[in-house]
Amino acid sequence: MSSYHLDHLQHLETEAIHIMREVAAEFERPALLFSGGKDSICLLRLAEKAFRPSDIPMPFLNVETGHEFPELIEFRDRRAKELGAKLFVRTVDEGIAKGFVTPTPGQISRNQLQIPVLLNAIEEFQFDCCIGGARRDEEKARAKERFFSFRDAFGQWDPKNQRPEIWNLYNARVNQGENMRVFPLSNWTEMDVWEYIKKEKLEVPNIYFSHERECFRRGGQWLPVPPPHTDSTKPDPYSGARPTAKDPIKKMVCRVRTIADMISTGMIDSPASTVDDIIGEVAAARVTERGTRADDKASEAAMEDRKKQGYF
Amino acid sequence: MHSAHPIELLRFNTCGSVDDGKSTLIGRLLYDSKSIMEDQMEALERSADITGGGQVNLANLTDGLRAEREQGITIDVAYRYFATPKRKFIVADTPGHVQYTRNMVTGASTANLSIVLVDARLGVIEQTRRHTYLAALLGIPHLVIAVNKMDLVGWSEERFLEIRDAIEGFLPKLDAFKDVKFVPISALNGDNVVDFSKHTPWYCGPTLLGHLETVHIASDWNLSGLRFPVQWVNRPNNPTDQKLHDFRGLSGQLAGGIVKVGQKVMVLPSGMKSTVKEIWTYDGSLQQAFCPQSVTLVLEHDIDISRGDMIVGLDNLPGMSSDLRGRVCWMNQRPLQPGKKFFLKHSTQTVQAILSGLDSRIDIQTFDPIPSPAELGVNDIGEVRIRTAKPLIFDGYGTNRLTGSFILIEQGTNQTVAAGMLYPPTELVKPEYNDFAI
Repeated sequence: MSSYHLDHLQHLETEAIHIMREVAAEFERPALLFSGGKDSICLLRLAEKAFRPSDIPMPFLNVETGHEFPELIEFRDRRAKELGAKLFVRTVDEGIAKGFVTPTPGQISRNQLQIPVLLNAIEEFQFDCCIGGARRDEEKARAKERFFSFRDAFGQWDPKNQRPEIWNLYNARVNQGENMRVFPLSNWTEMDVWEYIKKEKLEVPNIYFSHERECFRRGGQWLPVPPPHTDSTKPDPYSGARPTAKDPIKKMVCRVRTIADMISTGMIDSPASTVDDIIGEVAAARVTERGTRADDKASEAAMEDRKKQGYF
Repeated sequence: MHSAHPIELLRFNTCGSVDDGKSTLIGRLLYDSKSIMEDQMEALERSADITGGGQVNLANLTDGLRAEREQGITIDVAYRYFATPKRKFIVADTPGHVQYTRNMVTGASTANLSIVLVDARLGVIEQTRRHTYLAALLGIPHLVIAVNKMDLVGWSEERFLEIRDAIEGFLPKLDAFKDVKFVPISALNGDNVVDFSKHTPWYCGPTLLGHLETVHIASDWNLSGLRFPVQWVNRPNNPTDQKLHDFRGLSGQLAGGIVKVGQKVMVLPSGMKSTVKEIWTYDGSLQQAFCPQSVTLVLEHDIDISRGDMIVGLDNLPGMSSDLRGRVCWMNQRPLQPGKKFFLKHSTQTVQAILSGLDSRIDIQTFDPIPSPAELGVNDIGEVRIRTAKPLIFDGYGTNRLTGSFILIEQGTNQTVAAGMLYPPTELVKPEYNDFAI
């Protein structure tokens, strides 16, 4: 191989850096969505590579459901501070208090409720672009989304009418009130993310690594037992999300493969305690990353194998 | 899946018409490279039991939009990822019917390689010519003609050669590809896709995957003429650190060639010259950098440079003009007519542009230009003249895909309405003019 040659991670990196600089150059008020999760951790390193020695020319934004892993919050705040970036946090609770978020009765998960909070924050700060860490290999609809994904004044994506995206000529033009979501990691796979974390020696929150934790079984998933409710002056934020008598509790050696919040993140049974271990697990994985988030099927792999062989 | 030695990345797209086995082929590549996961397979089987009469439809792997599943059609380009121990692959699956040109241009513009599927029973049809033409037009270096459904023609070598001859008959007219490979396959049964077929003892080429793993792509980037479109001016403006305060870097991605510390360079359009003082990166300074690396250049002289300027070497100079000629793929329902105004984005600059002339529309069957059309309709390809408000610094698309390409953006709606490929400049920038820096 000649010396004028990039390997696959270097290719993905230079593509992502180019996209980040296009955002900085073409938008008036961009923001970077930083949750503290593994994908947005890669985004931060790419931002450093794109903009140093200058400051990263955009603030970070995170939307909290109120059910976050405390480890993730600590990590998010610390990293933003270390990088000298301004971090804005907007919460579902705030949205409910101000009245622009209405919870669905009986619905414990606040996943959906993050949407109006995000749109409200975009309006509040007049962001015309948000950089996110989503990847095309995560999900089928995402597989069709552009790097520069246009949103109308209502924040909507119109998958049937996407702008053609040709060469590296990204069309960043938006009218007042419209905005763009930009995904520099579109072409990255879960494996690429972990290989990049390894190569760059990036710190990730310790919940990605194997640790001991009390979990309970519900809906086919092992969910973490939420922290105890101590402040009796306020209602329990985890009301409805705590184990009841019929949910067996187990002390597990486990970790997260992908992080939502505590209510919707299934823990996986795993001894992986280093990045290399995780890379090994990803290489051997038989279900997608989203598959573990929805349902932990690891123990059913043998049956799946037979199904597969019966088909092809 | 991961290993110590560097792994190359190959981007390819698949083109074919309806029912030619394109989705089956992608499914086969994903399946045989163990890139289909259990839950995806289970979802496929579940949908087969419910809606498909028990038949698993591999198209459901790539058809991710609700409307696509409801209507059983593919609307937009889907990207898939898989890896073998030798290479990583990005597949752009470009649907065959609706908005074809638009989708193929989107999916293929960054591809190293195109796979054109031919149904062995039908042979070379209109679509085959169209797909091959578009691959040539987009300057994709490597072409694979996958002659599929060979099992349905009794694995006939004669039929295979007939199809090969028909395509080789028109390839010279396109004068485009670095290499063209013909592979007889059955995507359904996997013959010659990943493993060699026992039905084709007469075929001595590689399997399809074998070819994808080994085709030489290292020289697909242009390394001959330095092109550095300035993307973002990097000025820390740090009042507490004098060294940082004085830092003035030019950030961008090399669109061609190699840049070295100490090299004399010219900034266009101003024509000012300077020397490369430092190639700054987050991982430390480099002695040289090459296309397509993203770096930050520091020049010896503090000259006026901003986004949209191009830093070039003193040999192998580009063209610089406001009057451009080239080919466009028109992608909007409203036709393209002379006199229309657009925003034109080329490398890192966006300028106002007007369509000053419409020279021809290309007949996709004969590849011949039909002169002086009144307009270009959606999916048409034509030769155009464009005048820009500011000069572009450019190369012919055949020489450099990054400095020879542009898009047109409709004013008002901001829709991307055309992909353009420039003809080579009639006149190059002269190295002697403005021969000073400070």
